[in-house]
Amino acid sequence: MGAQIRVYRQKIASTTSMRKIFKAMELIATSRITKARERVNQSLPYANAITRAVSAVSSQHDIEHVLTTEPVNPTRAAVLIMSSDRGLAGAYSANVLRKAEQLLIALAEEGKDVDVYVLGRKAQTYFDFRGREYADLWTGQTDAPTAERAEEIGRTLVDAFLTDTAAGGVDEIHVVFTEFESLVKQTPRVIRLLPLEVVEEAPATAEDVLPLYEFEPDAEEVLDALLPKYIESRIFNAMLQSAASELANRQRAMKSAGDNATSLIKEYTLLMNNARQAEITQELTELIAGADALNNS
Amino acid sequence: MAELAVEIVSEEKAIWSGSASAISARTINGEIGILPGHTPMLAVLGDGEVVVRTTDGGTVTAQAQGGFLSVDHDRVVIAASAAQLDGAAA
Repeated sequence: MGAQIRVYRQKIASTTSMRKIFKAMELIATSRITKARERVNQSLPYANAITRAVSAVSSQHDIEHVLTTEPVNPTRAAVLIMSSDRGLAGAYSANVLRKAEQLLIALAEEGKDVDVYVLGRKAQTYFDFRGREYADLWTGQTDAPTAERAEEIGRTLVDAFLTDTAAGGVDEIHVVFTEFESLVKQTPRVIRLLPLEVVEEAPATAEDVLPLYEFEPDAEEVLDALLPKYIESRIFNAMLQSAASELANRQRAMKSAGDNATSLIKEYTLLMNNARQAEITQELTELIAGADALNNS
Repeated sequence: MAELAVEIVSEEKAIWSGSASAISARTINGEIGILPGHTPMLAVLGDGEVVVRTTDGGTVTAQAQGGFLSVDHDRVVIAASAAQLDGAAA
């Protein structure tokens, strides 16, 4: 009998210590989210400046640039998957990987060979476990991405794009990341990074009309320098959004884990008290029965 | 007096913004100077200093690495993948 109480006591103790961990992780995620969102916002001026510049060049010139030219018959594609390094973030990585898997199937149906570029340990283990190959891998710091990392990834992808298809290059590049819409809503998304689709938005006001720029040294060289930067900035932005999403997911997962732990503790406490009461009742019954037996003899 | 509205941004964040009377920067072809009323321009920056002469007479110097500079309607945006200020004197 005493054994049962002991079992419950152990369960309560372990759930309590787990709840402490969940609570701590929730708090950490909460404090980091603010920072991650700030970084998304801080990277906006640069992203805007570069987007504006790219559309300025492309709106004035009938650009024939490798990075924007649609290949006639695309046969190879690259997919960059942004997952997290650590778990305990609910369905965050699973959602990204499911979205990526859909994209891979769609690309395969179009008859394209796909090179996968992996970011984050979770996606790495996913591919390793299934014995599937990936072209390149980056792990570490998925919850606090750096511009250097984005630059490195951008360079790798642009290089792959510029390489001839026959020599292992690719014709198009897609990115799977998680868009941070709000604290409660993060959606996995696919964007096509290359070839660039330069969108010419209709200017809202007369002031927004892009003036006729002069180019220094010339339009082509400006574009040569701008486009890789533009791609890096897109990748960096996607990484920052993914990081914020990861933290938001982790916070939510830890919150519900903590809540579950609390209700488990409550349940176990109730069961433990029941067991204790049952034990006391039984002991009393035995005593009384014994005393009765003595009296009657 | 006409002045330039200047923004210096790096990949990670906005570094400095304010108004200035003149800017000099190093492009991949050489130094250029920009005064208010400059024609709209997009230039690729080389590694080097960007010196901003603020309207109140001070100078702000920034190290800009691999970026570009755009001028339009007296609005100057200097975007660099890495940039930092050298002890801003305002």
